[in-house]
Amino acid sequence: MTNFNRRQFGLMFGAGAAALALPTYLRAQGKPRVVVIGGGAGGATAARYIAKDSKGEIDVTLIDASEKFTTCFFSNLYLGGFRDFDSITHGYERLQSNYGINKITAFAKSVDKASKMVILADGSSVPYDRLVVSPGIDLIYDSVEGYSEEAAEIAPHAWKAGPQTQLLKAKLDAVKDGEQIVMVAPPNPYRCPPGPYERVSMMAHMLKAKGHTNSKIIILDPKEKFSKQGLFQEGWAKYYPGMVEWYGPDVHGGIKSVDAASGTVETDLDTFTGALLNVIPAQKAGMIAAKAGLTNDSGFCPIDAATMRSDNDENIFVIGDASIAGAMPKSGFSANSQAKVAAMIIRSELTDSKAFPAKYANTCWSLIETNDGVKVGAQYEPKDGKIASTSTFVSQTGEEDSVRKATYEESEGWYKGITADMFG
Amino acid sequence: MQIEATAPISAILLFLSSMTVGAQEVDPIRGEKLFKACSNCHEVGEGAKNKVGPHLDGVFGRTAGSIDGFKYSSALKRAGEEGLTWSAESIDAYIEKPRDFVKGNRMSYRGMEKAQDRSDLVAWLERISLNSPSADINAESTSEVVGFAAAVLEMDGDPDYGEYLSGDCVTCHQISGQADGIPSIIGLPKEYFVRSLFEYKTNVRQNEVMKNRVVNLSNEEIAALAAYFTGIQPQ
Ligand SMILES: Cc1cc2nc3c(=O)[nH]c(=O)nc-3n(C[C@H](O)[C@H](O)[C@H](O)COP(=O)(O)OP(=O)(O)OC[C@H]3O[C@@H](n4cnc5c(N)ncnc54)[C@H](O)[C@@H]3O)c2cc1C
Ligand code: HEC
Ligand code: HEC
Repeated sequence: MTNFNRRQFGLMFGAGAAALALPTYLRAQGKPRVVVIGGGAGGATAARYIAKDSKGEIDVTLIDASEKFTTCFFSNLYLGGFRDFDSITHGYERLQSNYGINKITAFAKSVDKASKMVILADGSSVPYDRLVVSPGIDLIYDSVEGYSEEAAEIAPHAWKAGPQTQLLKAKLDAVKDGEQIVMVAPPNPYRCPPGPYERVSMMAHMLKAKGHTNSKIIILDPKEKFSKQGLFQEGWAKYYPGMVEWYGPDVHGGIKSVDAASGTVETDLDTFTGALLNVIPAQKAGMIAAKAGLTNDSGFCPIDAATMRSDNDENIFVIGDASIAGAMPKSGFSANSQAKVAAMIIRSELTDSKAFPAKYANTCWSLIETNDGVKVGAQYEPKDGKIASTSTFVSQTGEEDSVRKATYEESEGWYKGITADMFG
Repeated sequence: MQIEATAPISAILLFLSSMTVGAQEVDPIRGEKLFKACSNCHEVGEGAKNKVGPHLDGVFGRTAGSIDGFKYSSALKRAGEEGLTWSAESIDAYIEKPRDFVKGNRMSYRGMEKAQDRSDLVAWLERISLNSPSADINAESTSEVVGFAAAVLEMDGDPDYGEYLSGDCVTCHQISGQADGIPSIIGLPKEYFVRSLFEYKTNVRQNEVMKNRVVNLSNEEIAALAAYFTGIQPQ
């Protein structure tokens, strides 16, 4: 049961500016309202923590365009055959039944900051006292010439989980021995820095498991180096000799264009052809962030490091991939961590609960081959107005098999943990 | 993390030969190896302490859910109050399908399918469980860790602050007390909880994600976490 009333707010809009003060007045008798846009790693966590910890004192509404959420995290393990699709797809039922959260399945079209309302695609509006914006990323298709939303139906990006991921899996499964896969890797900043390289590992695992060792995966990267590079390259040489080639800009000289139909990528060096093209373009904050006037020139949203509050509006908090979170990478772990800081601050403002100094964390695991997991992580705190790391760690090359296996098992435990923390 | 049974097992087992229970051949020596499935959570033998699960020393004849200071699920405690005691038969049935044996108990163990495995394990357990649990909970820790932990255990942690800080922990350690690949930290004895954290800090136990967290925690914060985590019940 959603407790906004379309007719009522429609009428108020019709009644003109004078009536706009009304919703605030009406709500003053009731509970404070928090609205969350985006039911992913950041949004679902924020909604759950605010509802859970305020014990019913705050009315929480979660808006997401979908009925179900498929996690990008572990979607590479689905490609590699380690997980089925259902196991990475989650519903919002427990958030509704156990925490009293109103889930609205709709696309949020814009935010009226002056009257503190979210406007949905059908024109109805949802009022808030505090708004949490966690829309994840949008792809900048034309950052790679020749690429587009239509081209993605042939050359999937699979950088938002769902049908794109299933399409990539189907295409991967159809690759024959000796055929090539070409990945165009994204420029910084993008969600999940080790993600493309874990994906290559999982694709190579799948090919090798089928005996397709004459196939090759070519990575065309606009970056000079990438996350956990030493660990990945060590793993590729060990498990998939001759099957993975990585070209940075000093080798390919620049990625000129792609042609999805013919499966080709034009670079300064050469034209690369693949039976499967996986093009991951540049990224920006989910469109609602720009629509609401929360982004800067970078396409992402500046925030206050101590609270995750938007620099542009005191009633709005931006978390997850859409935010500019200093030294924190864009990851599900980071989004979940930022959500808890925002939730604590919002509760303290609306219900006078205690506020504590912000602390953030991240860990990203990647699977290279069966039972060979690696990880990188850090703890963070606000420092001089930015989120800065206080300590970091990363797996080492040459680690023992037992350590790598334990790391993989830890990642499985984390997946259970974070999805329970998001969806209850 | 590698915690083994603490008695000199192989010495005892040298004197054991294969023997029969009913019609079935049992092999307690195999049982020792099979205990690996339990040893992440349970200790047994002289000096055994509570971990994720209660220690199993003297478990034969013991009422289910009856160790003081261990936070059992209400389901298992109730089963004990209603008369469930541990015997070769009941342990066998429990570890076959923990979820089904006592509905709502919180042992996150999948179950041991093969009857032969279960009887071998139970036969070994019967011999190794001595009913002489550790008198000193800090027995195994280094004196450095014990010292650090003692300072924190004297503090009154703020459970509200602990609850906020716990946000970082429950991304991995499920608040329900379920454990799937990462141990449960719900319902651990306070000393064990605090000491574990210092063991990561001082490299007595090695795990990068844990160490990275603990090096950033002050004593006050560890006390707050201990106050919060030991004050909640597993679901
Ligand atoms: C292949 C891959 C592997 C990854 N692996 C890992 C990993 O191992 N570990 C890790 O920590 N992270 C990983 N990530 C990163 C992680 O998925 C993201 O960083 C994380 O999901 C970000 O959370 P978020 O809340 O910002 O956005 P999301 O989780 O993307 O959630 C945004 C939600 O908002 C909805 N939405 C957006 N706009 C609107 C609107 N206007 N109206 C209504 N709904 C809207 C979307 O439908 C979506 O459900 C991976 C990513 C990829 C692509
Ligand atoms: C993941 C951790 C875990 C594993 C693995 C595990 N246990 Fe347990 N065990 C527990 C917990 C937790 C309890 C307490 C259950 C409760 O309170 O509902 C328990 C309870 C028990 C009890 C009841 C003890 C009492 O005091 O009532 C027995 C017996 C037992 N486990 C035996 C085993 C055996 C044998 C194995 C290996 C085959 C095993 N367990 C594996 C966590 C575990
Ligand atoms: C990134 C995942 C992760 C996070 C976050 C995390 N832990 Fe852990 N924790 C682990 C793993 C993995 C282990 C087991 C390590 C080992 O093998 O010793 C562990 C072990 C422990 C143990 C010892 C448990 C036992 O049975 O011996 C305690 C206590 C603990 N953690 C407390 C915490 C606290 C408190 C926090 C938050 C401040 C926290 N952990 C955050 C992954 C995590």
